[in-house]
Amino acid sequence: METVTAAKKKKKEKPVPFDYSNYIRKGKLPHIWCPGCGHGIVLKCMLRAIAETGRPNDDFALVSGIGCSSRTPGYVNFNTLHTLHGRALAFATGLKMAKPNLKVIVTTGDGDALAIGGNHFIHTCRRNLDIVIMVYNNFIYGMTSGQFSPTTLPGMIATTSRYGNIDPPFDVCKMAEAAGATFVARGTAYHYGELEKILHEAIMHKGTAVIDIIDSCPTYYGRFNKFKSPADMMEKIEKEGTVSVKQASGLPPEKLEGKLLRGVLCKKERLEYTEGYAKLIEKAGGSKPK
Amino acid sequence: MTETETEKDLPRILIYEELCKGCDICAVFCPTEVLELKGNMMTVKNLEACTRCQLCDLRCPDFAIQVF
Ligand SMILES: Cc1ncc(C[n+]2csc(CCOP(=O)(O)OP(=O)(O)O)c2C)c(N)n1
Ligand code: SF4
Ligand code: SF4
Ligand code: SF4
Ligand SMILES: [Mg+2]
Repeated sequence: METVTAAKKKKKEKPVPFDYSNYIRKGKLPHIWCPGCGHGIVLKCMLRAIAETGRPNDDFALVSGIGCSSRTPGYVNFNTLHTLHGRALAFATGLKMAKPNLKVIVTTGDGDALAIGGNHFIHTCRRNLDIVIMVYNNFIYGMTSGQFSPTTLPGMIATTSRYGNIDPPFDVCKMAEAAGATFVARGTAYHYGELEKILHEAIMHKGTAVIDIIDSCPTYYGRFNKFKSPADMMEKIEKEGTVSVKQASGLPPEKLEGKLLRGVLCKKERLEYTEGYAKLIEKAGGSKPK
Repeated sequence: MTETETEKDLPRILIYEELCKGCDICAVFCPTEVLELKGNMMTVKNLEACTRCQLCDLRCPDFAIQVF
């Protein structure tokens, strides 16, 4: 019998690249995003996470508002809804209430979700509606040429803060948790494997799942703030600017200063909204939504 | 199959020219410096060094590179 050492065997095994063709609408690529825009990396992580569920494409609905990030549903082979700026969650709520068996994923930006859509955001979390909210957080309004957003850090340059931003930012995760979301996590485009895992866990969770996804807008945030390249932004903002929950537990507070925590930050069980609604219908003697 | 033949079984790197936007992310993060940007297009500089780790594909925002 032939004996193959583990190392040799590993070298012989050829990893196969993931096949996205089942999930991307034919003829839709190249996408509209700028060279090096992080949104494409996030989209790919999401598709792999969806594939991992083994569920048919028709089980999913992707809903978005307006923004570069909100262009995501236009490229994918699921049920899709591209709606109004800030209102993705209002549309997604209606859809989920009418079709509770659909897995609804909202792809939104820091501006779309937290500025104009901030009110919908907190109230969706409060209801614990079974929706995955992916916030593509590039710290800027990309689509409209780089105005500051509710996550832009102090001191940073935007079209609307030429001398540096003075607004303190929202912490997306703390806000989501405080508002009642039952799954809250943070990932980055740079840490693609971690993000894929988190997104899969979020899809499998029953209740409102919010994922703060740090990615990069090289065209505006990068150019205004003198980052050298898309890779430079990924290195400085996504890699050096974050620390995993696991690493953080062994670090002194001064090492965590100014860094965002990555990983699952909150996960709990609480009555999900469509289930609560179904119980109410039963109590009132009505017929269930299909 | 002999060991030398295994060694010669080089990876196949496909770069889709109609999709690549020349952002350079794949080349910067390739652990073994296999790739090189030429103008606005990614190219293969040193195929022998490729370990098929897939990092380039996984961080490419544009579905533009695959390694078999
Ligand atoms: C009611 C309304 N107000 C303003 C706009 C202009 N607008 C379009 S996208 C956008 C911000 C998008 O920022 P974000 O959600 O962070 O997405 P990104 O482009 O950064 O991915 C704004 C203000 C609009 N389309 N509709
Ligand atoms: S403007 Fe920014 S967010 Fe929009 S596609 Fe370009 S890089 Fe991405
Ligand atoms: S598979 Fe890995 S080693 Fe080969 S080119 Fe891509 S990043 Fe470099
Ligand atoms: S990461 Fe993709 S789009 Fe960017 S240079 Fe490499 S192959 Fe081209
Ligand atoms: Mg944005």
